[in-house]
Amino acid sequence: MDPVAVPLFRMEGASKRYGGVKALEKADLTVEAGQIHAILGENGAGKSTLIKIMAGVVEPDEGRMLLDGREIKFASPAAANQAGIVCIFQELSLIPDLSVADNISISNPPKKFGLIDRRAQRKIAEEALARAGAEDIHPLAPVKDLPLSRRQMVEIAKALARSPRVLILDEATSALTAADVAKVFVVLKRLRSEGLALLYISHRMHEIAELADRCTVFRNGRNVATYRAGEKSDNEVVELMIGREYSHVFPAKRPLAASDKPPVLEVRKLSWSGRLKEISLAVRAGEVVGLGGLDGQGQRELLLALFGVLRGVSGEILVDGAPASISSPSAAKSRSIGMALIPEDRKTEGLMLPMSVRVNLSFATLDRISRRGVVDRASERRLIDEMIELLAIRTDGIDGPVGALSGGNQQKVVIAKWLMVKPRIILLNDPTRGIDVGTKVELYQLLRTLAETGAAIVFYSTDYDELIGCCDRVLVLYDGAVKRVLVGDGITERALIGSALNVATQGDGVAMASETLV
Amino acid sequence: MTTRGALWRKADPAVATAFGCIVLLLFLGSLYSSSFLSPDYLLQQLKVASFLGVIATGMMLVILLGQIDLSVPWVVAVGGMMSTAATGWGPTGEALAIPFGILCGVGLGLVNGIGVAYLRLPSMIITLAVNAVAQGLMVVHTGGFSPQDSSSAAMRFIATGHTLLGIPNALIVWAAVGGATVFLLTRTTFGRAIYGIGNRERAAYLSGIRTQRVVLVTFAIAGGLSAFGGILLAGYASKAAQAMGDAYLLPSIAAVVLGGASILGGRGKYIGTVAGVILITLLQSILSVIQMEEAGRQIIYGVVIIAMLLLYGRERLAR
Amino acid sequence: MRDWRYRLGEHRGTLLALVFFILMFTIYASNHPAGFTANVVQTAANKGVLLALVAMAQTFVVLTAGIDLSVGMVLVLTNCLASWIVLGSPVMVGLGVLGVLLTGAICGAISGAIVIYGRLQPIVTTIATGAIYFGIALALRPVPGGDVDSDLADALTGRIFGVVPASLVGLLVVVLLIWIPFRRSAIGRAAYAVGSSQAAAYMSGVPVRAASFLVYVLSGLLAAVGGLFLTFITASGEASAANGGSYTLFSIAAAVLGGVSLFGGSGSAIGAIFGALMFRTIGDLLFVFDLEPLWQPLFQGVVLLAAVCLGSVRLFQIRNRLDLFE
Repeated sequence: MDPVAVPLFRMEGASKRYGGVKALEKADLTVEAGQIHAILGENGAGKSTLIKIMAGVVEPDEGRMLLDGREIKFASPAAANQAGIVCIFQELSLIPDLSVADNISISNPPKKFGLIDRRAQRKIAEEALARAGAEDIHPLAPVKDLPLSRRQMVEIAKALARSPRVLILDEATSALTAADVAKVFVVLKRLRSEGLALLYISHRMHEIAELADRCTVFRNGRNVATYRAGEKSDNEVVELMIGREYSHVFPAKRPLAASDKPPVLEVRKLSWSGRLKEISLAVRAGEVVGLGGLDGQGQRELLLALFGVLRGVSGEILVDGAPASISSPSAAKSRSIGMALIPEDRKTEGLMLPMSVRVNLSFATLDRISRRGVVDRASERRLIDEMIELLAIRTDGIDGPVGALSGGNQQKVVIAKWLMVKPRIILLNDPTRGIDVGTKVELYQLLRTLAETGAAIVFYSTDYDELIGCCDRVLVLYDGAVKRVLVGDGITERALIGSALNVATQGDGVAMASETLV
Repeated sequence: MTTRGALWRKADPAVATAFGCIVLLLFLGSLYSSSFLSPDYLLQQLKVASFLGVIATGMMLVILLGQIDLSVPWVVAVGGMMSTAATGWGPTGEALAIPFGILCGVGLGLVNGIGVAYLRLPSMIITLAVNAVAQGLMVVHTGGFSPQDSSSAAMRFIATGHTLLGIPNALIVWAAVGGATVFLLTRTTFGRAIYGIGNRERAAYLSGIRTQRVVLVTFAIAGGLSAFGGILLAGYASKAAQAMGDAYLLPSIAAVVLGGASILGGRGKYIGTVAGVILITLLQSILSVIQMEEAGRQIIYGVVIIAMLLLYGRERLAR
Repeated sequence: MRDWRYRLGEHRGTLLALVFFILMFTIYASNHPAGFTANVVQTAANKGVLLALVAMAQTFVVLTAGIDLSVGMVLVLTNCLASWIVLGSPVMVGLGVLGVLLTGAICGAISGAIVIYGRLQPIVTTIATGAIYFGIALALRPVPGGDVDSDLADALTGRIFGVVPASLVGLLVVVLLIWIPFRRSAIGRAAYAVGSSQAAAYMSGVPVRAASFLVYVLSGLLAAVGGLFLTFITASGEASAANGGSYTLFSIAAAVLGGVSLFGGSGSAIGAIFGALMFRTIGDLLFVFDLEPLWQPLFQGVVLLAAVCLGSVRLFQIRNRLDLFE
């Protein structure tokens, strides 16, 4: 490679803030033509923000981008496409009811006499599919009938049909079978030899080892290392990805006393729709069990399955040792089961934003504060005041809309709402996302207190610090199954990341997934 | 701790506007003729408004859920025709005429509710279909002719009589229905569930509310109220008539929307619907007094609804 | 070979509708007291084409997952207008026809503009605009009356070569001039994309707003063609709210029967045509089998109810109940 040549693409000093959170901080990236460049980093390290800026989806607060040495700005994804930068996002952009050929040429179809030229379009599709190594996909097949892996191939073909100079793949192989992945690799290598620059984001270390020429590690919104592939060992890479100072304060954990009682919640071979595969776990009273692993490995689905939201769940769920059939959230929260779920998105699943704090707080316990259907305002008031005090919810008045509260206080309202149910099993779906540090500390203390009063807690978090600080045990999920169980002192960041990435790390002393009870 | 100031702040701008328009109309009317402000006239208007009021109450409940009920025209007719039919079935029939009519409406409402809550059909479509079925049933029942049955004495009493201090019974009936609705919406768990579902059905479901049941029951109530409206109308005219409910669909939707309820659901106070009903009734009355034909009236309805929606009902740009 | 299978699958709803229609019409014609004569076919065609036109109008909007509850009223309005202006010298007649069609398109454009650019819900908007259009119709024709150019009317409601109903030919022309170009164009495909997945369409750079607006305009246009045709049949204009409401209802039923999905993104106006013809034939079947005409509205209502419920078959595939909401 001619060292004097200008790199194909360069990003310099890019920063992006979302509210109070710095997603990207003076990030740099250099992309060369004819190279496959891998990007690694944990969730929230800034990779997706970086990509979105490159693909024209968001604009950076500061910094600049250079293509062929010339500065450019993208006003929209279409502009980025024009410049030759095409991104294949994780979320597919295919139209389900249209055919593969229609989707590939969706935004700029070949025309004849003002109408779409179907024959030319079909040719384009066949060429693109061949280029992507997916000749087996018929151009006339409706996309909605294709399995997810085929759809991802169509998405790749669609990107290739736009003749990109820089192709970005964001976890583009996550749903592909091993055979497909091999085919895609052949294609990617061929594209590389044709002079394309490829950016490859993936968590699969073995893929990166096979494909990448250069690697860049992101951490906390910054580019912390760029090196030639093979220069660093897997363990060194994992160390680069972690390495944050502990800024959270966690209350001390108390070891659980031995007990004859059956676990409050037990799950045996829970499976669902190919997304959950024979998961087994058990949670005792007073225990905090964490769910770890990369995003999208089935953690959210597991919580939904426990709460009765999913249909067609096979396997057993036992509460206090007795089999329980949970067919809906209203059954889950009933007194005999006593389950609560703090949902993923507080704005669309946890709260009714325009409604008052009072109404939101009492929404899950309406049956307990009413007599024969009529709300007893006095007992409602009493319970609400208790909760507000317990959680230190800061609000100007309980009759104002809950949408006016800060994110942290909103989340407190959601939790308070469920605590009013006096649940014995508490499921939390990434509860501290987008919350200020002060509130987080309060929540950790609350969790510990709840555990000490005998609740069984299942806690999914994308923040490793929290899993380490709050949980007695952590189940690391990969592809819908429990990959590893980490216990007590064995819960370390290295072990968490290692097992999430499916890499064996040294000196862990971890329990294998086949053991489900301590 | 609500002070006077807080009360004013809480006043819904749409409701305030609606009441403002009522005052404006009365003022304009009084310019035309001073009898517009006479108590007799006003009481008469309120009586006529009661019929629309009862029907609009059911529509409001459905709209609060974020749905719509287009089966009003023929469910109203079912109420009127079935109750008058029952009257003709002997003394027990006459005694049970009113409950029977309401029950028929509830039955049709249940079909709507099943379609929306359990089959997840768009409410507009299923209610349109139920409307067609109801029409078909009534055509068969009446043989295509105008129904000849007359209303029961009870029906005529509640629709045309005056008891308390000369206040029309119909108005008392509306007040009772309205009072019960306000109680339902503000003091019961069911009412809270309605607002919650209209706001964010997802969140209501995940909070453990039996959302399907609430939707089903709400549509059933709406059907019953539409039928009850038909019973009142039949009592007023002493008999039912073909297509008697057609003139009530658009005004009932308009009344709810003009009263500040969001067409998307989750927001709205009953007092607003009351204001909307009175506003529309006055509008109708004035238009007929100045002898505006039906054509103009239709156009004005449409324009007013759209104008109000553009002011209060637009979706956010973020979509 | 697989090509044929895919093309078949693409038009499955339409083909089913066609098959059912042929079945029903055969039963109808063979049991008709007058037999399968040109006369019988012509009468059936005239009635059917009217419904088919309004069904096509509705289809355009439903494809984008919207709904147009004003189609019936636009038809009534254009009917009344035509009874005034489609008269006189050939030039006047020609201009009259253009005027009627333009009016329909404008009505559609108004509804569309309020929904798309005003960002209001289609249901309530089109109920309101429908009322406005009906009011205008009533202003034009407070009582039924008027007239239409009899030569044109006879030509378009009569027979060609003594056998083929002219109305069917006219319908074919409409399909060739309006539907086919729309279906094959980029903006037509955009409409399908919007109905199928508005989010994906937006991410893919599809002109969402333009396509969504256009379908309302086309709906108004086609409703106007229907109104024009009604004028040719009845040689008068009548502003009947009941009729307007019925046409709207029929248009939705016909579309659903014709395989157009109310959720948007799939189906074809041609399917809607067969759905309309099918729906029409069901009514006529009652007559042929000596069932009292009294039962017709109920029968049609029940068929509509059943057809509409078919739309919920999707439900059984849903595994995550959260997908049922929004």
